[in-house]
Amino acid sequence: MSKEDYKGVMVFVQQVDGEITPVSFELLGKATELAKDLDTKVTAVVIGNDIQDLPPVLAEYGADRVLVIDDPAVKKYMTEPYVHVMHTVIEDYKPEIVLFGATAIGRDLAPRVSARCHTGLTADCTKLEIDENDKGLMMTRPAFGGNLMATILCPDHRPQMSTVRPGVMQKNERVPGRKAEVIAVDIPDLEDHVNMEIIDQIKNITDKMDIQDANVLVSGGRGMQSPENFKILEELADALGGTVSSSRAAVDAGWVEKDRQVGQTGKTVRPNLYIAVGISGAIQHLAGMEESDVIIAINKDESAPIFSVADYGIVGDGLKIVPLITEALKKEQAEKE
Amino acid sequence: MNIVVCAKQVPDTTEVRLDPETGTLIREGVPSIMNPDDKAGLEAALQIKDEIPDTKISVVSMGPEQADDVLREALAMGADEAYLVTDRRFGGADTWATSSTLAATIKSILGDYDLIITGRQAIDGDTAQVGPQIAEHLGLPNVSYAEDIKVEGDHVIVKRQYEDSSDILKVPMPALITALGDMNEPRYMTPGGIHDAYQKEVKIITRDDIDIDDGNIGLKGSPTRVKQSFPKPLKEPGKVVEFEPQQSADFVIEKLKEKFII
Repeated sequence: MSKEDYKGVMVFVQQVDGEITPVSFELLGKATELAKDLDTKVTAVVIGNDIQDLPPVLAEYGADRVLVIDDPAVKKYMTEPYVHVMHTVIEDYKPEIVLFGATAIGRDLAPRVSARCHTGLTADCTKLEIDENDKGLMMTRPAFGGNLMATILCPDHRPQMSTVRPGVMQKNERVPGRKAEVIAVDIPDLEDHVNMEIIDQIKNITDKMDIQDANVLVSGGRGMQSPENFKILEELADALGGTVSSSRAAVDAGWVEKDRQVGQTGKTVRPNLYIAVGISGAIQHLAGMEESDVIIAINKDESAPIFSVADYGIVGDGLKIVPLITEALKKEQAEKE
Repeated sequence: MNIVVCAKQVPDTTEVRLDPETGTLIREGVPSIMNPDDKAGLEAALQIKDEIPDTKISVVSMGPEQADDVLREALAMGADEAYLVTDRRFGGADTWATSSTLAATIKSILGDYDLIITGRQAIDGDTAQVGPQIAEHLGLPNVSYAEDIKVEGDHVIVKRQYEDSSDILKVPMPALITALGDMNEPRYMTPGGIHDAYQKEVKIITRDDIDIDDGNIGLKGSPTRVKQSFPKPLKEPGKVVEFEPQQSADFVIEKLKEKFII
């Protein structure tokens, strides 16, 4: 078996309770680009139960072929049965590249799949490109706590596998009516691979918008001084149609929920507008937001590193300035109506 | 019961600074620490030992000779045995070769175990791969991202974190669990513990002590290669201003209009 026998780009599509995780669409976008450079096709793999609605959507977002594993044994994510499915389809379809989202599921699944296939895996990639000369995949990721970037190759083993950070790749424009070849893959005795029991599930209930879905983020850090002061950020976010996020310092202080955290150990975001208030800008924070289209930073300390990535920096007290911005915005909006 | 804890010595990446002139890392003076997720894993093992006194905790670290420091720290916290897996022939290992080596060590030297606990990920690499891959090489069930670990008879009950939910899983032992750094507050070393830690032996494990194919260790056993590493490209600096609050707010509104955001 030589590496030339491996063809095509495969994407693991994560779904939870029948809903496709956003990063899966981003992977299909990147896979489309890679497949074009390699003159090959994109195969999506979707695993779950009662998921017949999903393949048409995946086709519209760029899948040329969809492998569906619909089985009650894999209704909920569990490591071993999902590893068995991915290993089986990789053996059968022999893709040259397999992409996973770097989610709490993808980062559990991909390591075991790569070990079972005896191939390499590069974690949390932020850039994927095809080498023009040898057609290998160049996988670039932050290393050393976000201080360095490293480009990793998998020269002799196939498939080349990577997990990809959510919020970094661009999804394709949806093409209504675009079709894919849909194949129902039957994997016998899947229930025999269930090796643990889910005895309870706890949902974290939140009515707030996911910070990775927001077009506008108003983000607060240690400089907000108290959880009460986040109220003024919420008011500005509401006026701009966005939501509130934060730095790690504000999460560690217990002022905001962990799911609001932007950065290396939180979420990567790229909204149209990111307003950082009272955030000094540790490198781990910058790694999670510097791809935002427009960055405005307000900080009392003129030497704060956040100013190095800001398009517009304002040296001053956010607690005073932010309410004035909100007020001015509301006035603007009232005049328009 | 027997618990194996894997712990890595890492540079404290939160202490790393960039040279503002060149954009390169300043590595000098960066302290080495026990990887935070691994330390939480050790604490989880120690809490099991608090409940079930007839428990032996063996800590394994792979790395250079200096990694002896983290093993002494583990002993001082209350671990029973320590193993340093060190050999030039293990050098240059990626996660595949590292997990193969650790799995072979656990199998060859510490064969009789009920539970293996690793950290979710190390702060110098952030891959989260080595734990699940050790489990794969040993054919064990694994649970990643553990927020809580409790032993109940011959099972372990694990609270497993996802982005917006958690599962409570009942897993038969032997099993491998990867621990989240914020699952607990690791205990401090005691003066007596520190004293004892230097009386105990840290056993050295080399290539010749474990049963593994040469094709699965070191650089040769690593499917991935680092092509290049480089400092993060710096963004062009933007415009920084200092005005009175009202003027600052007006400046923001003006720029939002320029960028067609409002």
